[in-house]
Amino acid sequence: MTDPYDSQLPSSEGEVASAESAAVATDNLGVSGHGHRKLTPEEAAAMEEKIRKVEVAISLVLRIGVSLSVLVIAVGLGIMFSHHSQYTSFTGSFSYKQLTSGSSQFPHSFSALGHSVASGQGRGIVVIGVMILIATPIIRVAVGVLSFLYEHDVPMALVTLYVLIVLIGSFFLAGA
Amino acid sequence: MTPLVFVLSLTLVAVAAGVLGSLIGLGGGVVIVPALTILYGVNIRLAIGASIVSVIATSSGAAAAYVREKMTNLRAGMFLEIATTTGAVSGAYLTTLLPSRFLFAFFGIVLGYSAFATFRKRHAAQPLSVSNDKIANYFNLHGSYFDVAENKEISYKVVGTKLGLFLMYVAGLVSALLGIGSGALKVPAMDSAMHLPIKVSSATSNFMIGVTAAASAGVYFVRGQIDPIIAAPVAAGVLAGAMFGAKVLGRITSKTVRLVFVVVLVVISLEMLQKGLFP
Repeated sequence: MTDPYDSQLPSSEGEVASAESAAVATDNLGVSGHGHRKLTPEEAAAMEEKIRKVEVAISLVLRIGVSLSVLVIAVGLGIMFSHHSQYTSFTGSFSYKQLTSGSSQFPHSFSALGHSVASGQGRGIVVIGVMILIATPIIRVAVGVLSFLYEHDVPMALVTLYVLIVLIGSFFLAGA
Repeated sequence: MTPLVFVLSLTLVAVAAGVLGSLIGLGGGVVIVPALTILYGVNIRLAIGASIVSVIATSSGAAAAYVREKMTNLRAGMFLEIATTTGAVSGAYLTTLLPSRFLFAFFGIVLGYSAFATFRKRHAAQPLSVSNDKIANYFNLHGSYFDVAENKEISYKVVGTKLGLFLMYVAGLVSALLGIGSGALKVPAMDSAMHLPIKVSSATSNFMIGVTAAASAGVYFVRGQIDPIIAAPVAAGVLAGAMFGAKVLGRITSKTVRLVFVVVLVVISLEMLQKGLFP
């Protein structure tokens, strides 16, 4: 192992770290870089409460994003099938392969997507639903930044902000 | 097969992919890509686009439950995302540098080895109680979770963050280059290098893969790889499966999670070796 910090094997538990540093690690629950000051039980409880709120907030963002995207996708799929009667039979000569070949037509730029939705095409609405799904983790990261600021945890807020900038940058780099 | 039958049957496949993906933190791509290309004869480019959608769906669907149940190590996950997103973005620009055949063969071997290493330590479930890791202590990446199968709260300490960051960078790079392997490298990085419990590794990998995938999803959309008639049943089915899978993880033993993970890892490893050696 080349990593100097990875030398802590289960068998050497308790021999390497002093009791003091172990105490610091447990008493500092959930905040970065507070040094060696011990938190009072009230402070620790308040911090625990804040962390819980962050977890609940992030879980809520994920559930809203996921439910919304499924809803939009279902509506889009319904419209798509109602517009094309040959899609909806269980038996028939129309094959799905006409929709899944390399040359199938569907929107893959934001302007084409706008046109597709404006003209009421189901496939455009499905893509909007997929976009909501793709946006959910990104919004989750943004909520993370705000949550860590709320916890007064500046190092973690900066870490999350960096991730958010890279994510948003990736979309511009892609030219979407 | 009519589009209706295609959508209905693919939804069922996607539910299975979501259950498996959420249990072992790999996302649904492991099941979705072979199913689409082999069973349905779908173009590989579109199958990879669907796989990205399935990874995001598994991640968000399962993470909603895992985060609420404190199974996910939120801080460690968000911290390690620095490396995965950077890796994913740099990977998108390295595609032409190395032949993908070489990469497939190389990572086939890497995953084969990590399957072996995970299998060997299947009985070791004892988490660390102290950590000298300065980064882990500074950002306080340690945590605890309630294990339903063992019916007790399990506290653990994190070590090896530098090695973990490096492996996470590679995971992001590989997922951008090859379209698979993101979670397959993340779980061993947390389980073996950083000593997180396997269930926490799986839940945290699950939490992270959505962000890694979102970092490359823009590229896939612009390249026209996200076909709505494939993406719709995949997204809906995988979400349902992942929500169900998230309820199961707490109840099964760590050893079972490891064994399921090893089996899937061996399959992915063989798949990659085949692509690298006999394309």
